[in-house]
Amino acid sequence: MNTKAQTILAQGDRRLLSGREYRGASRIDGPLVYMRNTHPIGYGELVEVVASDGSTRFGQVLDTSDEVVVVQVFEGTDGLSMPDTRMRFMGEPLSLAVSEEMLGRVMDGLGKSRDGSTAIAGSVERDVNGEPMNPTAREYPRDFIQTGISVIDGMTTLIQGQKLPIFSGNGLDHNHLAAQIARQAKVLGGDSEFCIVFAAMGVKYDVARFFIDSFEETGVLDNVALFLSLADDPSIERTITPKTALTLAEHLAFDKGKHVLVIMTDMTNYCESLREIATMRGEIPSRKGYPGYLYSNLAELYERSGKIGGRPGSITQLPILTMPNDDISHPVPDLTGYITEGQIVFDRSMQARGIYPPINCLPSLSRLMKDGIGEGMTRSDHPHLANQLFASYSHVKDVQNLASVIGEEELTTLDQQYLEFGTFFENRFVKQGFDEERSIDETLDLAWEALSKLPAEELQRLTDEEIAEHYGK
Amino acid sequence: MKERIIGRVKRVNGPVLIVKDIKDAMMMEMVNVGEQRLVGEVVKLYDGLATVQVYEDATALKPGDNVYGTGMSLSVELGPGLIGTIYDGIQRPLEHLMEASGAFMARGLSFDAIDHAKLWHFTPSLKIGDTVKAGSILGVVAETNMIEHRIMVSPHITEGVIASIAGEGGYTVEQTIATIARGDGTQVEVSMMQRWPIRVGRPVADRRPLSVPLITGLRVIDTLFPIAKGGTVAIPGGFGTGKTMTQHSIAQWCDADLIVYIGCGERGNEMTDVLREFPQLIDPRTGHSLMERTILIANTSNMPVSAREASIYTGITMAEYYRDQGYHVAIMADSTSRWAEALRELSGRMEEMPAEEGFPAYLPTRIAQFYERAGLMQNLNGTTGSVSVIGAVSPPGGDFSEPVTQHTRRFVRCFWGLDRQLASARHYPAISWLDSYSEYLVDVANWWQERSDGSWHESRERIMDLLQREVRLQQIVKLVGPDALPDTQNFILEICSLFKAAFLQQNAFDEVDRYCPPEKQVKMLNAILAYWQRGSEAIAKGVPMVKIRRLKAVQEMARMRLSVPNDELEQIDRIQLRLERSIDQIGGIYEH
Repeated sequence: MNTKAQTILAQGDRRLLSGREYRGASRIDGPLVYMRNTHPIGYGELVEVVASDGSTRFGQVLDTSDEVVVVQVFEGTDGLSMPDTRMRFMGEPLSLAVSEEMLGRVMDGLGKSRDGSTAIAGSVERDVNGEPMNPTAREYPRDFIQTGISVIDGMTTLIQGQKLPIFSGNGLDHNHLAAQIARQAKVLGGDSEFCIVFAAMGVKYDVARFFIDSFEETGVLDNVALFLSLADDPSIERTITPKTALTLAEHLAFDKGKHVLVIMTDMTNYCESLREIATMRGEIPSRKGYPGYLYSNLAELYERSGKIGGRPGSITQLPILTMPNDDISHPVPDLTGYITEGQIVFDRSMQARGIYPPINCLPSLSRLMKDGIGEGMTRSDHPHLANQLFASYSHVKDVQNLASVIGEEELTTLDQQYLEFGTFFENRFVKQGFDEERSIDETLDLAWEALSKLPAEELQRLTDEEIAEHYGK
Repeated sequence: MKERIIGRVKRVNGPVLIVKDIKDAMMMEMVNVGEQRLVGEVVKLYDGLATVQVYEDATALKPGDNVYGTGMSLSVELGPGLIGTIYDGIQRPLEHLMEASGAFMARGLSFDAIDHAKLWHFTPSLKIGDTVKAGSILGVVAETNMIEHRIMVSPHITEGVIASIAGEGGYTVEQTIATIARGDGTQVEVSMMQRWPIRVGRPVADRRPLSVPLITGLRVIDTLFPIAKGGTVAIPGGFGTGKTMTQHSIAQWCDADLIVYIGCGERGNEMTDVLREFPQLIDPRTGHSLMERTILIANTSNMPVSAREASIYTGITMAEYYRDQGYHVAIMADSTSRWAEALRELSGRMEEMPAEEGFPAYLPTRIAQFYERAGLMQNLNGTTGSVSVIGAVSPPGGDFSEPVTQHTRRFVRCFWGLDRQLASARHYPAISWLDSYSEYLVDVANWWQERSDGSWHESRERIMDLLQREVRLQQIVKLVGPDALPDTQNFILEICSLFKAAFLQQNAFDEVDRYCPPEKQVKMLNAILAYWQRGSEAIAKGVPMVKIRRLKAVQEMARMRLSVPNDELEQIDRIQLRLERSIDQIGGIYEH
């Protein structure tokens, strides 16, 4: 390179140099391609990678310096060769052309058509990384979403604009539950329907098929945008899939005023892909080999939900993650729980007992529930009732432990009543059909029916008036 | 401002940059990077290179970008106008950010932290010829209905004589309100605003021993595990155990003069909740909105990680400034684990050798430095003020043996451990009476003894003893069931379960129960102990426990936290009296 060119390069005129193509990688390692002697490349810049056969892939700059640029290639590096790889640096961050027409379509993790029909033409270009929402611009979410599922509506109420993950395990029924919520979710007295943005990261083909079929059957498919990055797609693509999906969700919610429900499954796969890249780059690991920035990284996804003051739309997130070995203290569920506004926790033993949905309500929690239930929103007795259910059911667990030691016959009459309450609670209140939709009134009445199995003086968290009105009715 | 280029970017790795061609950059100097002017700080200098951490998203920064020096350390602006404002981690007012860039935050924006144009009504309290030294109060400004802002001489000016001082009237924070003639003949102009580097503690004259509790209105804290004004406490707890709820509660009702609430790497909606709720809540002591005594810092989890690292220093510097004016300030840091993780993330990007679980080896030093900035101080100007730090810790998996919890424990004197099982049973606040401790018990004992006719210390010991005995009994019950225990022991279980339901639990949403004044706490505790005393006596006489626990007065006692208004405490005396009478009555039957 001559000096004049060097000066131009050092000044780094974007317009002049963007789109400039370089040939010959200096190193290829997993999904990462290293390239030397480029003009100054921006951090996070979008890269078009052209293989020797002419096919193009997309990548993003992970690390940039005078000497070398590190690019992660979303479609993987299979078939790339050191001398023949060409790279075009686009001079701008990875963006997605979004439009309402993406509803009803099946796309890959980068937002390109996957269903074989015409290419998707977006109307607005958006940086997929998004920008953090200003906390003062947010509107505090408080609109109750009726999912028709008793244990959720009654005890871990979902609120519009909330991020409420499902902590599940392999082989548990989280997919059914997510599909049921997607089908049944509605805001009482609300005008608009939900549209759904669905992101699949590293899930099996059958799972994706199940969701598509389920949306099709209920005729909502036209209102669903699917981003699929399946188990046999390159693992690196999973790291961009939720960002793409959320970029569309933000457009639909805050530009088009829609209520968006974002389902992301499975977050554990996403985190594993991040770990893969981090390890490959020789980064210093923190817990279980996950990178130290996993918390910030997850937060950048989960915090892209909520409502903005003065705008009509909302983003409600329902991420699904499988806890490795059902361990809730594993870094992925653990960090997720610290960011999201609660969690719905699945219990393997409940599923084994044939209870669907197998939700263990005790570790489950909805942090936004307190302001979204009660008089004028659900029913005036709801807050105390939910509180009482938690307290009583938590005692049931103690009694069950005791019974397994001394036998049920030896229990006091009161404790036997608790067991009876527990059985009714699990088999009638929690358990319900895959197609069964209960209104909030039905849910609360059922809760009262359960609590009526206990003597009224045990119900210390309910007021006398509430007991007089509902107990034993 | 004259611009000085200190170097050019060599490498970008997330929020950590390597800058080359360094000549005169200073350690910890604040810098602006690239033409977008992203805010950053120099953290390392070596071989003509500097490591810079940027406080904003680094996307699109590239090698060759200029780095501009500002010539000063990362500092905050201090002066009237701080209270009631919500800032990000590097003291940018979020409301101005919103006006400039809308609901989503753009990068490279900078604003004055306090309004430079607003006129404040200044009333001088010194006159020409008065001698002043560092910290001297020149005059006052009514910043809010609750806080009188005392304009002080900067700690940099050691001694001098007032050459001129402004008369009473409206001034901006930039206008000169006084000139001070120093001994060497030079004159310094003083305005109402100071700048102070966030990583340096403000100087004080002396540290004072702690003696007064910070009353929070939460019974389990004030009565069992009190914190003193100027003290430090850690609240560790897994997710969903109620750290944030406890912090909110304390921020709302504690008797500090000023609250600095630092949302460090937490949820956006939670900060919105604080913003929505605080202006509406009325301080029970002064009758004014709580926002008039609160400064908020919101650096949510999706905002840049290096600003998260800075946020707790920004917060404590503002707290120290009000302490210097003679106020008692309480800081809520939610959560210090996120701050420690920010340290880890940045340290990892700088490729430093990690110690435990990837945290840098200097983690304990940094934690100690932060907590040591708390204390009850004799200020330079003779006033007394305090900074109390209440730091939430979010241990991964709720495991208290992880590094952040362990190191924090070494440097705080009070520990409120949150328990997942209590939280699952919706026993709030879920502060475990078995894991928690307070080393301030001795310091604040006198204060409590004076307010409880000398009963507090003994009552507390007795109930703690009962709670310990209950744990052992519960282990037996788990094996053989409660019926196998004699009534004398069963009664311990009964008292403890009443104590938990009627005293330890507190409903943050109940108009009455959310704040419990110390006098009520004393009465409630004594009433429950009286029940224990009389009940035990009756059981010794042969009265079956069932008869006692069914008494109407016991039910009343179980509800007194909700049913007795905070200004009608004599009702508790009456409940206690009724209970004692009823027990005596039954006891009478069995004596014959």
